[in-house]
Amino acid sequence: MNFIDNPRKLRGFEKNIRVEKVSRRSILKGLGVTGGFVLAAPVMTRQAFAYETGAGKMPHGIVVDPRVFVAVAPDGTVTILAHRSEMGTGVRTSLPLVVAEEMEADWSKVKVQQAHGDEVKFGNQDTDGSRSTRHYLMPMRQIGASARTMLEQAAAKRWGVPATEVKAANHEVVHNASGRKLGFGELAADAAKESVPSIEGLKLKDPKDFRYLGKGQVGIVDLHDITTGKARYGADVRLPGMKYAVIARPPVTGGKLTSFDPDAALKVPGVEKVMQVRGWPWPSKFQPLGGVAVIARNTGAAIKGRDALKLVWDDGANGKYDSVAYRKELEEASRKPGLVVRKEGDADGALKGADKVIVGEYYIPHLAHVSMEPPVAVADVKGDKAEIWAPVQSPGGTREDVAKTLGIPEGNVTVNVTLLGGGFGRKSKCDYALEAALLSKELGAPVKVQWTREDDIHNGFLHTVSVERIEAGLDKDGKVTAWRHRSVAPSIASTFAAGTKHQAPFELGMGLVDMPFEIANISCENPEAAAFTRIGWFRSVSNIPRAFAVQSMVGEIANATGRDQKETLLALIGSPRIVKPNVKDMWNYGEPYDSYPIDTARLRKVVELVAEKGEWGRQVPKGHGLGIAVHRSFVSYIATIVEVAVDEKGKLTVPRVDTAIDCGTYVNPERIASQIEGAAIMGLSLAKYGAVTFKDGKVEQTNFDDFQVVRIDEAPLVTNVHIVPPSPDTPPSGVGEPGVPPFAPALLNAIFAATGKRIRALPIGKQLEA
Amino acid sequence: MIKVKINGQEQSWDGDPDLPLLWFLRDEAGLTGTKFGCGKALCGACTVIVDKEAVRSCITSINDVAGREVTTIEGLHPDGDHPVQKAWRQVNVPQCGFCQAGQIMQAAALLMDNPKPSHDQIREAMSGNICRCGCYQRIENAVHLASTGV
Ligand code: FES
Ligand code: FES
Repeated sequence: MNFIDNPRKLRGFEKNIRVEKVSRRSILKGLGVTGGFVLAAPVMTRQAFAYETGAGKMPHGIVVDPRVFVAVAPDGTVTILAHRSEMGTGVRTSLPLVVAEEMEADWSKVKVQQAHGDEVKFGNQDTDGSRSTRHYLMPMRQIGASARTMLEQAAAKRWGVPATEVKAANHEVVHNASGRKLGFGELAADAAKESVPSIEGLKLKDPKDFRYLGKGQVGIVDLHDITTGKARYGADVRLPGMKYAVIARPPVTGGKLTSFDPDAALKVPGVEKVMQVRGWPWPSKFQPLGGVAVIARNTGAAIKGRDALKLVWDDGANGKYDSVAYRKELEEASRKPGLVVRKEGDADGALKGADKVIVGEYYIPHLAHVSMEPPVAVADVKGDKAEIWAPVQSPGGTREDVAKTLGIPEGNVTVNVTLLGGGFGRKSKCDYALEAALLSKELGAPVKVQWTREDDIHNGFLHTVSVERIEAGLDKDGKVTAWRHRSVAPSIASTFAAGTKHQAPFELGMGLVDMPFEIANISCENPEAAAFTRIGWFRSVSNIPRAFAVQSMVGEIANATGRDQKETLLALIGSPRIVKPNVKDMWNYGEPYDSYPIDTARLRKVVELVAEKGEWGRQVPKGHGLGIAVHRSFVSYIATIVEVAVDEKGKLTVPRVDTAIDCGTYVNPERIASQIEGAAIMGLSLAKYGAVTFKDGKVEQTNFDDFQVVRIDEAPLVTNVHIVPPSPDTPPSGVGEPGVPPFAPALLNAIFAATGKRIRALPIGKQLEA
Repeated sequence: MIKVKINGQEQSWDGDPDLPLLWFLRDEAGLTGTKFGCGKALCGACTVIVDKEAVRSCITSINDVAGREVTTIEGLHPDGDHPVQKAWRQVNVPQCGFCQAGQIMQAAALLMDNPKPSHDQIREAMSGNICRCGCYQRIENAVHLASTGV
């Protein structure tokens, strides 16, 4: 029933996923998960950017306790909690599957239950940063092993034999010597009385005995529900007496309502009420923007009512934000020195003395997430208690923010996490849940706040806009001796603190200061850039502009020196080594550098793997071109080859994509493939069309007609995914995001190969039509 | 009073006749399998079958379907085993899944009309349905699989 087992004769099907020979001895040693149960973990202050450290240092850390995550019913049904949000990565299946693997549960007897937002109980729940498998593979194994041990202990006691003589296997515990067996269900009550074993003494399964891990033969738990319309997303929650609301929000970030006339709206059939929604001054993290809500008996009436509102806004200080002018500002800033954030050797001097200097200025505008499910939330606030149902990536953060916004204790807030119809970072910001909470409190009834697609594009937390300027100095032999990279972009930190002008370490650490090339003279700089709208995380974040710039520059160097792209890339990466950049705060995705260094051997390996499997250098028809790019992000290594075809009219198509990923030890290769296939589509979307632009402070795009994304008829004909088998002890790393960054530069390098046109400003739009 | 048959059941509505079918289905009839993605016939998330045709319920008023037969994802097959649904599961199509009801309804309508579509015909017919997660390769393969027998 699964993707890998059925190599039917579908186009490209048999080539889609290739897992190279897998060997996983003693995986996961030294992942830094230590200590006992963290049932009452010290409550750490949730900082705006709590990414600086590894799993244990995330807010509320990790909880390893089978009593929290696993329940065994007398009939043998095993219920496993999923405490991370499902937005399409498959995490709601993968992590419980890890528990089932270790506890020897039969997956067909396992039910997955979604945990509500409670980080003291479950540990950190922020589903972002491509961290779920990275941070939870080991804890979930330990939880499963603990549960298994408790079941074994209970059986041993029942039989009066030493625990060492019994063994759990496939949902029962067996005493081999006597042939006795007891099902998990029969042992459940006794096992629950057993003490929880210490983590140090746990015996984890030998990977060679894995039934599920690394195999990719288990479909996602929601598969049937999704295909039958039963899966419940945020918008699908319905409560008795629930009202439907849409909100008219200020068209300019930081704008305020001057006056409004609700009369026409109130005449719309089905509209029940028009009311103001409290807004917070910008910037204020995820607090609502405020505006006017139309309350109705159904969403259709609420939307129609909102269309009839008469609204007067005071646009405020951001009313002059203009994307054309702003781009010029960024470009000018990139041409002057900025805050030096990495320095090795003397880049200025080396550039002056270079035989040849290649300059590339790369521009990429704001992007909107446009997750298929627009933001939506249901709230039911009664007195000092609040219950929320919402598709949120941050259930714990949402709980905290709802409590703060309503002025009630966090313990009085329940956040039920529904399925997310896509997240991509948008749903890490819970403003829509806060809006629903405010409205429900005022109405004294449950309320659903539905964002329309227009709202999503107009009032979101956009991906930043940036100019990345790279100057590469070459010596007489074409060797790169100097590298100066200036990155100018408004920071996500500006959404938290007014006056932010510089990017935060977590942004600088996404492809700027962690640039892996072996070059003697390096200067990475960050000139100032102010923000004029809400900036937020977008899948892959700053890695998108950085990979775009750096990997395009590799293509430019290859062209300037008349060498092959891949050879140029490998020459720049240089010798296999651990890169030690001269940087104060490397960030490194919050991971300890010892276990997650920048390893150029792994970087080279994905380049070589994709080149081999993707048949780099193959003959392609006229009008076609091949491009390659590699990028390390979320501590994974990804290389992509794109074949593009550009016809006489400048229309581009993508006949083939190959991507190689090294994400260390993994759980489900089938979902890795689906993430990488999807990343190619998102990469192609942003490269071809991605642009949110401002005029007079307002977003100019409205819906999928003018903020386009790739559709099936322009999708790559085939995307092949090649997964590098982890060597022993390779810790798991990110999968959800890293596929996106290398796509656009690989495509642009391919376009150059096909047409001789170097595109330095995204989106491609009509640039090839000239 | 507007009467419409939805998944074989007679339903009636005496509110705003201009109410988009989408919101009638989701908010009034409680059939939440049909999704809202754009409201402007741009994404296909709200696709249902009216008589034998795929229709965007977000721009179709309840009045437009008066006296007609509407099939939503909930009514496509009593056990969820329509060949398209089965193929979808076999190919593990969905990521987040939010677009998939619309995709499946569109594919089911396509196969009613053209039981053996070519790859190009599949891409053409499915091009009104956006999948932001990017499951297109699998959607194409699943439609093909459904057309050749699951
Ligand atoms: S919601 Fe109807 S087409 Fe998008
Ligand atoms: S599966 Fe997420 S939008 Fe299609």
